[in-house]
Amino acid sequence: MRADTSILSADASIALSTERLTKVWGSFIANSDIDFRLPVGARHALIGPNGAGKTTFINMLTGVLAPTSGRVFIGGEDVTADHQERRVRKGIARTFQINNLFPGLTVLDSVLLAILERKNLAENWFRPLKSHMAEIEEAMDLITDLGLEAQAGVEVKTLAYGKQRLMEIALALASRPRILLLDEPAAGIPAGESSEVFSVIARLPSDVSILFIEHDMDLVRRFSQRITVLVGGKVLTEGAPEEIMVDPRVREVYLGESAHG
Amino acid sequence: MASNILGILFDGLAYGSLLFLIGVGLSITMGLMNFINLAHGTFAMAGGYISASLSQKSGMPFLATLPVAFVGAGLFGLVAERLLFRRLYKAPHLDQVLFTFGFVLSSIAAAHYFFGAGQQMGVMPSFLQGQIRVYGIDLGRYRLLLIAFVGLITLALHLILSKTRFGAQVRAAVDNQDAAAGLGINVGLIFSLCFALGTGLAGLGGALGIEVLGLDPGFPLKYMVYFLLVVVVGGAGTIRGPLIAAMILGVFDVAGKYYVPQAGAFIIYVLMIVLLLAFPTGLGGKRA
Amino acid sequence: MSPRSSAIERLASPRPRPVEVLAWLLPALAFFLVPDNLALGVSIMTYAVAVLALDLVLGYAGIVSLGHAAFFGVGAYTAGLLAVQGWKEPLTGMLLAGAVSLALGFLASFLVVRGKDLTRLMVTLGIGLVVYELANRLSSVTGGMDGLSGFEIGPIFGVFSFDLYGRTAWWYVYGVLILVFVLLRLVVSSPFGLSLRAIREGVSRMPALGASVDHRLRTAFTLSAGVTGIAGGLLAQTTQFVGIDSLSVGRSADFLVMLVLGGTGRLYGALIGTTVFMIAHDYLADMNPVYWEFWMGLLLMAVVLFARGGVVGAGRRLLQTVKTKFARAAP
Ligand SMILES: Nc1ncnc2c1ncn2[C@@H]1O[C@H](COP(=O)(O)OP(=O)(O)OP(=O)(O)O)[C@@H](O)[C@H]1O
Ligand SMILES: [Mg+2]
Repeated sequence: MRADTSILSADASIALSTERLTKVWGSFIANSDIDFRLPVGARHALIGPNGAGKTTFINMLTGVLAPTSGRVFIGGEDVTADHQERRVRKGIARTFQINNLFPGLTVLDSVLLAILERKNLAENWFRPLKSHMAEIEEAMDLITDLGLEAQAGVEVKTLAYGKQRLMEIALALASRPRILLLDEPAAGIPAGESSEVFSVIARLPSDVSILFIEHDMDLVRRFSQRITVLVGGKVLTEGAPEEIMVDPRVREVYLGESAHG
Repeated sequence: MASNILGILFDGLAYGSLLFLIGVGLSITMGLMNFINLAHGTFAMAGGYISASLSQKSGMPFLATLPVAFVGAGLFGLVAERLLFRRLYKAPHLDQVLFTFGFVLSSIAAAHYFFGAGQQMGVMPSFLQGQIRVYGIDLGRYRLLLIAFVGLITLALHLILSKTRFGAQVRAAVDNQDAAAGLGINVGLIFSLCFALGTGLAGLGGALGIEVLGLDPGFPLKYMVYFLLVVVVGGAGTIRGPLIAAMILGVFDVAGKYYVPQAGAFIIYVLMIVLLLAFPTGLGGKRA
Repeated sequence: MSPRSSAIERLASPRPRPVEVLAWLLPALAFFLVPDNLALGVSIMTYAVAVLALDLVLGYAGIVSLGHAAFFGVGAYTAGLLAVQGWKEPLTGMLLAGAVSLALGFLASFLVVRGKDLTRLMVTLGIGLVVYELANRLSSVTGGMDGLSGFEIGPIFGVFSFDLYGRTAWWYVYGVLILVFVLLRLVVSSPFGLSLRAIREGVSRMPALGASVDHRLRTAFTLSAGVTGIAGGLLAQTTQFVGIDSLSVGRSADFLVMLVLGGTGRLYGALIGTTVFMIAHDYLADMNPVYWEFWMGLLLMAVVLFARGGVVGAGRRLLQTVKTKFARAAP
């Protein structure tokens, strides 16, 4: 076994961390030397202007993209070489900025599948779906929890956009993650309704560590304990909301031009 | 022995040139719309029949039939694109495969009906028959013409794509369709034009290739694999990738048939699978 | 019904509804009503087994295979060669045919799952072509272009011999078809079946749920190849002949057309599509095969443009319209 070179790994209170994480496309540096820690139970916001590299960062955390250099740790364990599915099994789950669902499956089908995958039951080909009562109950409870009960038997593609955003969260929650990464969960939802999405998130058990990307500063202030500001692929600063909100550099690069908030 | 190898190389390059000429249009249109088109060979066949009919029935000189084959196949392509294929750009790949496969089946039957089941003979002018001796190697005049011709066309294509406004628009659209549309480029029109150009080149290839590829109603199915292979191995949306792929295919096919005739098409199919697995996203194309 | 219970009701289930049981009696009815054309019934049901298997990979998992005839033909040659060698027992012969195709499918599946749609299509096509060429070259074993013939098949269970009219063959294939249908129905209404549909609908989400897509697809492809091999074995045993065209790309295309005609991803589409195709083929047998191809091509294009769900899809839509009309008429 390789010796753990990271000091971070010793710290049991860190759920997720990165070490000089970098992504380069050609000559374009999308993420540059990002050192990041997500403590257990954190409610952490990642903000930054469009194109700052936020989604790229999440994609490297989850294994969708391989980093050009640097490392990713889950609970101190180096997972840089692990596939997406391996990392999911180590407790990481995410939502996508652009809906990435199963349009032709029903709401129940989709959530049930996510649960069956978590329980390693999805390879089973001889026992009917319908006989998995415990999993069906769990799926229906989660669906009800997210206010999707009336649509449980409906194909996902026929859902209103806002409900589809909730499906993104439902699929992530069905994995019962220890670490939840949310890429603009309320993107495209009218401002009035987006706090509903966040109230779902706020109800999650406190030991789930959450990192979310959000452009609406009001939501960020209400739901985060800590904020990381990413600009041009680099961490500009990190701190408590009240510090970040008054930081002149942040106001300049981000809040100053936050027309899209 | 050495001259033998060179001769095979030469024949392979001539064959590859034809594959490239027919396949390049497919590469560009597939790269543009991510549209899986199994029916490309139909347009090559159309060009071949135009050329053969003109030279057999009205005694037109072979070389004079080539522009007609180009224009005729291009127009055929344009009409088919506008009326049919256009409807499928947003459809799932399965639908595209099924539809274009249906198109191939029908076109084979139609060719059978109009031109009969037999092989068509090209009428080669005498100056294209026979061979010239260069440094002790016999080079077929006709194949020499093929290579030269395709070289010129490649150069022209390259210039069109890199130097003209149309070319810039095509490249932009291949790169990112939405962004190109955002810049005010009429992507639909660009695609129609590319399709017409691509099918026209295929028609030209079909006409030029009567001696090498043969021409009968089964043509679109028989060579479907080769044309697709040029694109898939080469990478859709480029010129250089398909050029290299076509040459590799051409040389291997000719060499295989010469050295191990009993293996038949076996070698090329195995090569195909190996290449596909080694380069799942193509030799030089954009990401799938 | 509450939305909750109706959603649960909508989950895939292997349990047959009464109307399905009745529908499965139809072929038996045909046996007694049209006893003079049992051979057609046998070949419909044989191909139906292969098309059902194709539906698993294409209709459920969304892999377009242009090479399924490879598994069909390999199954046919296996059963045929076994009989030539004197292994005349039909049931084990058929199962061995399935097993050999299964093994080949397993090997092929590693190649097939690599790459995206187009690459996949080409690889399946390539596998089909390679196997065809191989059979063609090994003519000392396979009979080459002349095919394999002159073998006999023993009686089923040692009791029911194959007769000239095809009665035994008919019941044999009918039984196998039912078993295969039940097996596949079980598979598609299991968690595994759900995950295949999910791969078809949104393959990029699957890894984010912790699922290994390649492994699922390989399993589905392997199973499908095995069942296709069984169909090939049935063909060899019931016709006592194996032609090389059972391996051809044209045969793969036929399977594809039958499936699309009936409707993909619903099993019954495979049954109905095969029946319609084979009856039309039989009816138009006097037609020049070239024109048959012309109409097939046109039909394929028309189905894609106008009737994507095939016969079954169209029937469902019709039923839906009638239902809503009624609902409106009787408030
Ligand atoms: N596959 C890719 N190849 C090249 N460049 C890419 C690729 N993916 C993203 N980029 C570029 O990397 C930069 C960062 O993208 P990213 O999606 O991470 O930004 P973001 O912070 O999530 O922005 P937004 O707020 O708009 O979601 C962008 O400029 C984008 O164009
Ligand atoms: Mg983003």
